Formats: sequence, C-alpha cells, structure tokens
Amino acid sequence: MNSGWKIQRGPLIAAAAVMGLLPLLTSNVNLQHILILLVMYAGLGEAWNIVTGLAGQTSFGHSAFFGIGAYAAAVAYWKYGASPWIGMAVGSLIAAAVAAAISYPVFRLEGKYFSIATLAFGEIVLQIFKSWDYVDGATGIIIPVAPASLLNFQFHGLKIPYFYIAYAIFLVSLVTFLAVERSRFGLYLKAIKNNQDAAMSLGINPAKYKLMSMVVSAAITALFGSFYAQYILYIDPFMVFSLDLSLKIVLLTVLGGLGSVWGPILGSALLIPLSEYTRISMGGTGKGIDLMVFGLLIMLVTSFRPKGIVGMLTARPRAAKGGA
Amino acid sequence: MLFLLPQMVASGLMLGFVYALVAVGLSLIWGVMDIINFAYGEFLMLGMYSTFWFFSLFRMDPLFSLPIQAMVVFLLGFVVYKLLIKRVVDVPGLSALLATFGLRIFLRNLAQFLWTPDYRFINEAIVADRKIMLFDGMLILGMPQLVAALGSILMTLAVFYFIQKTRMGRAIQATSMDKDAARLMGIDTEKVYSLTFGIAGACVGVAAALLASFYPIYPEAGSIYGLIALVIVALGGFGNIKGALYSGVIIGLTESIGGFFLGAEFKYALIFLIYLVVLQFRPKGLFGW
Repeated sequence: MNSGWKIQRGPLIAAAAVMGLLPLLTSNVNLQHILILLVMYAGLGEAWNIVTGLAGQTSFGHSAFFGIGAYAAAVAYWKYGASPWIGMAVGSLIAAAVAAAISYPVFRLEGKYFSIATLAFGEIVLQIFKSWDYVDGATGIIIPVAPASLLNFQFHGLKIPYFYIAYAIFLVSLVTFLAVERSRFGLYLKAIKNNQDAAMSLGINPAKYKLMSMVVSAAITALFGSFYAQYILYIDPFMVFSLDLSLKIVLLTVLGGLGSVWGPILGSALLIPLSEYTRISMGGTGKGIDLMVFGLLIMLVTSFRPKGIVGMLTARPRAAKGGA
Repeated sequence: MLFLLPQMVASGLMLGFVYALVAVGLSLIWGVMDIINFAYGEFLMLGMYSTFWFFSLFRMDPLFSLPIQAMVVFLLGFVVYKLLIKRVVDVPGLSALLATFGLRIFLRNLAQFLWTPDYRFINEAIVADRKIMLFDGMLILGMPQLVAALGSILMTLAVFYFIQKTRMGRAIQATSMDKDAARLMGIDTEKVYSLTFGIAGACVGVAAALLASFYPIYPEAGSIYGLIALVIVALGGFGNIKGALYSGVIIGLTESIGGFFLGAEFKYALIFLIYLVVLQFRPKGLFGW
C-alpha cells in the first residue's frame, strides 16, 4: 500500500496543481464556471467516497448534508445579516451533528436496506424544508446582494475568487480522504467494508467507525453546500436536497473509480464538462434537451464502462501483481 | 374526530392497493435481477401520458385503454431491458443502478421536451366525479379511487397467479432464488429477465391507466411514486412480492391517517420515517429474513 502511495503521490499533486491553475489560463466565464463545478463535484465525491468507497456503505442521502450547508449560509445572511462564513461553519457543525444522529438508526441496517434508509432520510429532510416557514418553504431563499468582498462571500461577476474558495474546500476534502485512507481509522473502515463480522471479532467497533466516517463526510459536504448557495445566490429545497444531486455524486465517483482518491477527480473531469457543455449549448431552449443528452450519456457510459475509469487504467498492473 | 377514522382507513386502503401494485412490479425486478430501478416512476409517468393521448386522440376512456397501456409499458420495459439493462445486469457494483438513474433523467426530460412541463388532465373519464355514499354519508368512496383500488387488486392477483401457477412464473421464481442453478436447470434466464422487466412495466401500465383519470399528468408525476415504491419494497423485504403487497397497503394507510393528523404536507415525510422506524425492529424488512 505504501509503495502504491509513493507512485501515486507525484501524479496526484501534479493533477491538483493543474486543477488549481487552469482557471487562470482562460478569461471565458463559461469555462471558469465549468471548472468551479468540476472542483466542487470532485470534492463532494471525495467526501462521499469516505463513507462509500472506504467504509463500503452506499449512501444515497448526501444531498441532505449539502442542503443543510446551503441553507445555513443563506439563512445566516438573509435572516441575521451574519457573514456567510459563520453560516458555513454552523452549517458544517449542524450537518455533522445530524450525521451523528442519523448514523445510529441507519447503520444498524446493511446493504440495500441501508442505502434505502439514506434515501428515506434525504427525502424526509427535503419534505421538512419544503414546508418549513422559517426558511420560506418551497419558495426558497434569494440571498440579498451585498458589496463584493471576501467577508460577504460575494464577488458578483468575478469567477476566480469563487473558484479558489471551492478549490480550497476541494483540497480539504482530498487531504481528508487521503488522511483517513492512510490512517488506522481507514484500515478499520476497509476491514468493516470487507467483512464486518470479522472486523468485529478483531475488536473493531463498526458502529463507532462508520459513524465517524459519516460525520467527517457530512461536515465536508455541507461546506460545499454553503459555497454553492453563495455562488448561485438562490436556493430552494428541490435544488439542494434533490435525490438527483445525491445520485450525481454517486455517479461521478463510481464512474471514476469507487474507493480510489482518483475516482471523483476523473469522474467529475469527464462528467461535469459534458453536462455543463450540453447545458450551455442546448439548455437555452428550456425544453430539457440538455438533460436528455446528459441522461443518454450516463446510460452509454455506465453500460460500456461499467468498471469505472480507474478500473480500466489499473486492470493490468493489478493482474500482474497477483491481487491487491 | 374518531368518526372520521373509517373514512381515513377506506381512503388509505384504496391508495394502498395502488401502491401495492406499483411496488409488486418493482419487487419483481429487485428479486429477480437484484437491481434498484430508479426509472420505475418514469415508466408510470409515460404510462399516464400514453393514457392521456389515447383519451384525447382516440377518445378512449382510461378504463378501456387500460389493457393497451399494460401492453405499451410492458413493451417499454422489455425494450429498456434489451437496450440498456442487459448490458449492466450482472456487473457487480453500482453500474445497473446508475444506468437506471440515467434513464430516469432521460425519460423525464424526454417527456418535458415532447409535451412541456404543463399539467394535463383527463376531464371526462367515465369514473370522474362519481362517488358512492355508505352508511348515510358516513363513508364516501370516490369512484376513481375505488376503481383504481379494485383494478390494482385484480392486476396484483393476476401477477401472483402468473408467478405461482404458470411454468414461466416458476422459472422467474427459480431465477430469483438462484440464478446459476436456474441456468443449469435449462431456464433461459435472459428470457426471464426481459419478461420480468416487461411484467413490471405492465404493472405500472395498469396503475397509470387507473391513476390518470384523477391525477394530473406531467413529467414529474411518477417521481414520488417511484421513490415510495422503493421504500415499500425495502419495507416488505427485498424480493418478497407478498411483502411488497402488504407494505403497500400499510404505506397507503400511513399516508391517509398520518396525513390527516400531521397535516398533508408531512405525509410523505411520514412514509419515509415509518420505513426508518420499522427497520429498527426488522432490519431486513417486515417479511424479509
């Protein structure tokens, strides 16, 4: 495993550095927008990958944490005039607390029962926000425009500052994933993923470590939610709590390679430009052609590349080594 | 308030049988192929549109075009299997699930592209605006709901009969128990798979024709049904068709009674909550093991 890390470290740092420099190479706002979403989804994928890739628990409910972060930032400024950064911190804490609270009931379930439980949890949160007057329910929140500044988390037409904030959170997510993967904690998670009963017999407490993975993952996911709210300046429950958002994170990570640090990066590098390009070039009609094409692409990619990009790239070396 | 209880139970049961029919189809797919089908609600939506077009173009009442809708969505399921699911069905991991996610996005936006997001209604259906009063008006049964419930019960029974009594049905059962053993016994699992997708389609086709006479028809009309069906199937225990039937009725009752006491806006939250609560006591579903 350590030798694998030494081989991977160089390319990974190079890839992260290239990602950080790309938006400076273009003044095209559409391209910059694509790069912002790319690092955001890559970071969301890394966070989701902690629970699903490392601990083996397939969550379909991560949009709940994203939405909590989005609402926290929006409510902080819109209701209380507080800096969205405070909302972001609070949102991340709330998401972590909610993750801890929900972990107890959902992690008692296994496999698909767990996955459907996370889906149910996500839908409950959506339904609550939809009817909650405090956050204007289904109407959503338009975040009031403030003078452009870092403190206000608004930069108006400028994309670059938004990019670097998303990029910073992406780095947090990436480093967290690597730190977890390479720690004793990560080994416990992998043991639980491979065989929970065997892990238990070795004295590992699965409930505890699965809960920890969920909490870490939720806290990071919420940071992106806050970022997204400030970037778009409008949120409603259907946008930020949608199952489609949860599944998009699943999609790009699995497409890239589940459980690999590269997975979310490769997956979003492929998927996000495709989806945004179709949206920008065909979305203007408002008839959903862009999403039709996106759905078709998902079907094509999943049916012809069912093992993910990383699986394709690593298929041969792994066979040569004679198993992992 | 208690005097309203019979009414709530009746409404809940009528709704529950429709849920059960939708869930039975999904449960079949799940049991036989081990696939979470996220596009299932979209099958229902397309069935509703098909019902609508048969009504507005050919003046065919939903009740009469029902067998046609069953066939239309059967074919849809069959074609979807042949073109898409076949490629991912036995691949380990989440590919199959993600393929159905792509299909969900595709179908929903196809409907939006072809028919706009506007709500459509079938206004002059035979069953429309009729109701049956029982016990001096203590119990009011809307005709569309009642017919939907009866139709769902009949279709569910037909599916049970097919699965339990026919040769092909037994092949489906065998495949769901052990695919490899079934193959060794000479069962054409490819045929079983495609037929299962078709039958599941027929289930939602019938449900669509029954629902179309009293529900608005729009591209997202099937979405919530698809999710509720997933929860019902898991609540019943994966692959357990009887479990799906009972859970469907339970969820219908929950929606009706819970919605009354908590407020209609929380009825769906309650459905999902019930799943989380029940699974604490039955971690493999009510009828799973």
